[in-house]
Amino acid sequence: MKLTTLFASAAVALGLAAGGALAQDKTKVGFVYVGPVGDGGWTYEHDQGRKAVAEEFGDAVETVYVENVAEGPDAERVITQMALQGADLIFTTSFGYMDPTINVAAKFPDVKFEHATGYKRADNVSTYSARFYEGRAVQGTIAGHMTESNIIGYIGSYPIPEVIRGINSAYIHAKKVNPDVEFKIVWAFTWFDPAKEADAAKVLIEQGADVILQHTDSTAPQAAAQAAGNVITFGQASDMAEYGPMPRVSSIIDNWAPYYIARTKAVIDGTWTSTDTWDGIGPGMVGIGEISDAVPAEVKAEALALKDAMAAGEYNPFTGPLKKQDGSDFLAEGETADDGTLAGMNFYVEGIEGSIPE
Amino acid sequence: MIRLEKRPQASRVWSLATPLVAVVTTMIMGGLLFATLGKDPVEAILTIFWDPLFGEFAFYYRPQLLVKGAPLVLIAIGLSLGFRAGIWNIGAEGQYIIGALTGAGVGLAFYPMEGWFIFPLMVFAGALGGWAWAMIPAVLKTRFGTNEILVSLMLVYVAEQFLASMSLGLMKNPEGFGFPGSRNLQQYASAHNAEIVTGTGMHWGVVAALIAVIFAYVLLNRHMLGYHIRLTGEAPRAARFAGVRPARLILFCLGASGALAGMAGMFEVSGPAGQVSIDFNVGYGFTAIIVAFLGRLHPVGILLAGGLMALTYIGGDIAQGNLGLPSAAIQVFQGMLLFFLLALDLLTNYRIAFGKPEVA
Repeated sequence: MKLTTLFASAAVALGLAAGGALAQDKTKVGFVYVGPVGDGGWTYEHDQGRKAVAEEFGDAVETVYVENVAEGPDAERVITQMALQGADLIFTTSFGYMDPTINVAAKFPDVKFEHATGYKRADNVSTYSARFYEGRAVQGTIAGHMTESNIIGYIGSYPIPEVIRGINSAYIHAKKVNPDVEFKIVWAFTWFDPAKEADAAKVLIEQGADVILQHTDSTAPQAAAQAAGNVITFGQASDMAEYGPMPRVSSIIDNWAPYYIARTKAVIDGTWTSTDTWDGIGPGMVGIGEISDAVPAEVKAEALALKDAMAAGEYNPFTGPLKKQDGSDFLAEGETADDGTLAGMNFYVEGIEGSIPE
Repeated sequence: MIRLEKRPQASRVWSLATPLVAVVTTMIMGGLLFATLGKDPVEAILTIFWDPLFGEFAFYYRPQLLVKGAPLVLIAIGLSLGFRAGIWNIGAEGQYIIGALTGAGVGLAFYPMEGWFIFPLMVFAGALGGWAWAMIPAVLKTRFGTNEILVSLMLVYVAEQFLASMSLGLMKNPEGFGFPGSRNLQQYASAHNAEIVTGTGMHWGVVAALIAVIFAYVLLNRHMLGYHIRLTGEAPRAARFAGVRPARLILFCLGASGALAGMAGMFEVSGPAGQVSIDFNVGYGFTAIIVAFLGRLHPVGILLAGGLMALTYIGGDIAQGNLGLPSAAIQVFQGMLLFFLLALDLLTNYRIAFGKPEVA
């Protein structure tokens, strides 16, 4: 017998069971995490979203999760496992889960899937991500004002468009308030590895950086900056408030809860459809953590004004005139980047030194 | 007073019994751990060991055991040859990565041409890649007396950098919107390490692992080279008198384990994983070291140990999803297995004696 037939018959069997004894019972929502729920960053915030779902719907919903799932065959197995165990909706929360999610979704047409940060969709697969680059604009503004050495260190995870977008956005806005600013970028090639992240932070600090921006998920760079003293950082993915008021002066917070609640509700109501969601500060998917007292009041006011302008949709962080690193034109005066360009961004803007690793 | 007394001869009974006792002890201590976390220990142990094999969805998990176990067995068989002779290849993870890169590289080079010869060429390239990567510590050791443990381990990190570079550069999917990672070989028929019989999990890597087990068994028990390997490990001085040439043995053991690890990487990248990506390697090369020792460095033992490790991985993920056990608890559980095995191993060579030592 073919595996797909087996799946189909298993699904039918489950459907019958659900239709009979467990009629309109709990909606089961599964979450697959790439890191541990205690990472204090990316996975932690997704798990906060899961808890919000559990709280919102109470007994009507059952949530399950599996953490530390490697991208690749393990992810495919875990996603299949959740679908087999009767999940109605599954959130797969790492870019590398893209192909596994699509593969499993093809075998379980009645289960809804939501893949974070990817670009492949199907009738039962939605994608969602947040416009973190809006938060990076606020970060860049504060960083540009605060740096005294004019060197800002940046810990990149992987050179994918999402990360490059963040670097560009932070650089554009740091440069705007401080023309002498210079970015030093270190690629950690990991989303979560406290030891590597700490090393990267130390290297950047040794090279004179007094601001560390990170696109990795652990709090290790915060600890490294704290140990070095006189270095400021920003919480990544999560508030990381325990490192405030110094070194952590603000943060970008991923707030998945409203989205997870809305999508779960859609499944319960039977109104779920495949969509592509990309929300920013306005709808509340990206939050800016409390700006600490280490930041002068006028800088704080400027940062908050920028945040409000983006929330209201009055300002786009990628507004021309902007040139690419190689000097060619990117955006003309007053022109803003469209989502397609942003989604596939694979170049630095003019002024950033170094090249994107290949 | 309790003390340890050296046995005049290694105990054959204990040598066979320790893995079983270790598994049982792990279940008991693991059960206690799960109980302190507020979970039903019996249910947790059953979920890990029973559900993947005989549970409701075993039709899906049983094939997955082969998928998860095959690379472990294939790599561990190679490692066991060297370990028996006291040659420590700790860098199988690196050889696994390089084998995947050379294997996938050959496949991608032929894209989109179809032909029956492409897959065999990829297997050969994968083995060659792993072999070549293992030759670096081998040659350095035979020529300059470097420590193969350090060199092979350090080369893992070099291989990881190669992997990242390939995913972002040379092998990047030109149709991938700038995202890292190669084309998916699952969608390229000639290069796809597909299941031989659909739904069984039986891909060519599983076949290769089984063949490796048989070859290793014959080699160790019926062949002069196998005798030399065993002799070198058990009695290095005697081995020299018996005419064993250490350099040749080092080259063979490291080369064979590298080639097998490389093949494992190639089968994985062209099958279950499908593509070269930055996070392609998930630690099979390191876990295989545990498998090799858990299997007493014996081919059949390794086969069983590989299955057992695969079971704890798959069962562990089920326990996370169904019972809400944290993954750290599962990892502690797996760690216990090796810990108890090594601890109980003491009983092979020592016996526990009570009372005061007798004065000789």
